[in-house]
Amino acid sequence: MTDTQSVPAAGATGAPAPAPAPRPAPAWRALLPTMTPWLATGLTLVLGICLFGLVGPLLVGDPDAIRDVGLQPPSGELWLGTTQTGQDVLAQLAHATRGSLQIGFLVGVLATVLSAFFGIYGAYVGGAADEAFSLLTNVFLVIPGLPLVIVISGFVPRESRGLWTIAVVLALTSWAASARVLRAQTLSVRNREYVAASKLAGERSWRVIVVEILPNLLPVLASQFVFAVIAAVLGEAGLSFLGLGASGSATLGTMLFYAQNGFALPLGAWWWFAPPGLLIALLGTGLSLVNFSIDEIVNPKLKNVRLHRRRTRTAARAARKEHR
Amino acid sequence: MTSVSVTNLTKEYSLREGLRRRTLRAVDRVSFDLLPRRTVALVGESGSGKSTIAKLLTRLEEPTSGAVDVALADGTPVRGSMYRRQVQMVFQDPFASLNPFHSVEHHVARPLLLHRRTSGAQQTRERVLQMLERVNLTPADVVAARRPHELSGGQRQRVAIARALAPGAGVLIADEPVSMLDVSIRLGVLNLMARLQREEDLAVLYITHDLATARHFSDEILVLYRGRVVERGPADAVILDPHHDYTKLLALAAPDPERLGKVVSGEAAPDRAAIDNSVCYDHHLGAWIDIDTAADTAAQRAGAPRAAAGA
Repeated sequence: MTDTQSVPAAGATGAPAPAPAPRPAPAWRALLPTMTPWLATGLTLVLGICLFGLVGPLLVGDPDAIRDVGLQPPSGELWLGTTQTGQDVLAQLAHATRGSLQIGFLVGVLATVLSAFFGIYGAYVGGAADEAFSLLTNVFLVIPGLPLVIVISGFVPRESRGLWTIAVVLALTSWAASARVLRAQTLSVRNREYVAASKLAGERSWRVIVVEILPNLLPVLASQFVFAVIAAVLGEAGLSFLGLGASGSATLGTMLFYAQNGFALPLGAWWWFAPPGLLIALLGTGLSLVNFSIDEIVNPKLKNVRLHRRRTRTAARAARKEHR
Repeated sequence: MTSVSVTNLTKEYSLREGLRRRTLRAVDRVSFDLLPRRTVALVGESGSGKSTIAKLLTRLEEPTSGAVDVALADGTPVRGSMYRRQVQMVFQDPFASLNPFHSVEHHVARPLLLHRRTSGAQQTRERVLQMLERVNLTPADVVAARRPHELSGGQRQRVAIARALAPGAGVLIADEPVSMLDVSIRLGVLNLMARLQREEDLAVLYITHDLATARHFSDEILVLYRGRVVERGPADAVILDPHHDYTKLLALAAPDPERLGKVVSGEAAPDRAAIDNSVCYDHHLGAWIDIDTAADTAAQRAGAPRAAAGA
């Protein structure tokens, strides 16, 4: 037995002079989900809606411009018809999509940062800090979200109720569940030997958290971010529908609010309430589909289930073909 | 050239059982010395306190009482960040001790940079490749770019050894470094460690439950049972002439070609329930020591320095 052991150079078999081995895929590649029809559909939906929200407002006219043609059904000139006061629904939809995405993204970032801080830092430090953060998380977890949001939104006077107020309120009520998941994950990761090894090498705490622990939590964080965006878009729509949204904002929720107040349903003006409703549903669907793919990274078992199912299908198809 | 002297090391854990609290003494008044180029083996079953001693020596945990004194060749005590540099460890599980997210290069480069052994990206990279070649991971540039999941268990453990030696450590604690590896590559890793020990004048604490490798690779063996040292002495003496019941039991458990096919009679095997860990047989003194009455640590540790002097 020698104590020599070498790694066979990739692709060097048979070649007289081994070519410089190709650099393996960098670490972040493992964090990307596998492309599946589900992921493709989800990405198409999300990117399409984002593009509409970004570019749309530049192409359409003034959403608040009033015409003397109220409640016009969709036509060649006004693709999605008009509201009761003759405003262009398509123009409103474009601006509303931008507003909803803005608040969704803002809340997604805020909630993820909050949950990462309380979940990861507490679990890593342990002791009294962990106890205190856990208690805080649990308190926020049992606070019923929407009623609190309604109370806070109702409490803040309408004039000072801006985009940020709503975003902060939504973020404060939605970070707790993610923080608990992150805490559990961190507790598991921080006891691994590579964390002990990096402490032993003399790494500082913040570096152990950011460089050694955090990358292993990235898929979880990404999935939670996507989920927070869905929750925020829906939550904001709910608030705005109740008339408690940010003042002067245009979101999909406020569109539904005005449609409801303008008796769109009894008047049969489907082009007024259906597009914003549909857009919320499609955005939620798209983000969920993306999330399922991220879940496969966190839990590779799901991927195996999918691959297994596909293999079974292929085998069954081949068997059928042979049978014929 | 760094040496470690461990005196009356004790670690107690507080356990909560419902409302009551109980203290568990995981390590009880353990004393020994680690000297450059010498290997001390800690042998014992799971839960005997071996890994706790490793954690105490690396200062991942604080001892309840007792002291671990590390000193350089000229007698300067080692403290603070110097301690992190001097005392390094190879972990048991090579699949858990490397971060799956980072490349092999990251694992070896971090200690180099942290302890300012190299400066600049170019010099660090050269040093990393040099370290990998020293642990026989070739071609080094290919291995350096790999991530842990692309390597075998033996290769990972070599990376772990390279990482431990990167800061320029003088003391290496190997916590069952080969127990998770295939039998066929264990000897390779142990021979590598022995070679590096000679080259770097390392003091090695080899923690294991395998008596055969302990005898082969160490100078001094300490048998640990329920937190206490129950037998100590030169490797051959402890294995060939065990005095304590627990050591006899361990020796019987090891496969022996001469005993092959013979049934071990019930009388020959000591009764497990009757094993007493309050006494320790010291082969250097050739006498039994009562751990509870022998408060004099000098008597307990008399063996190690003398063994070193004899070598």
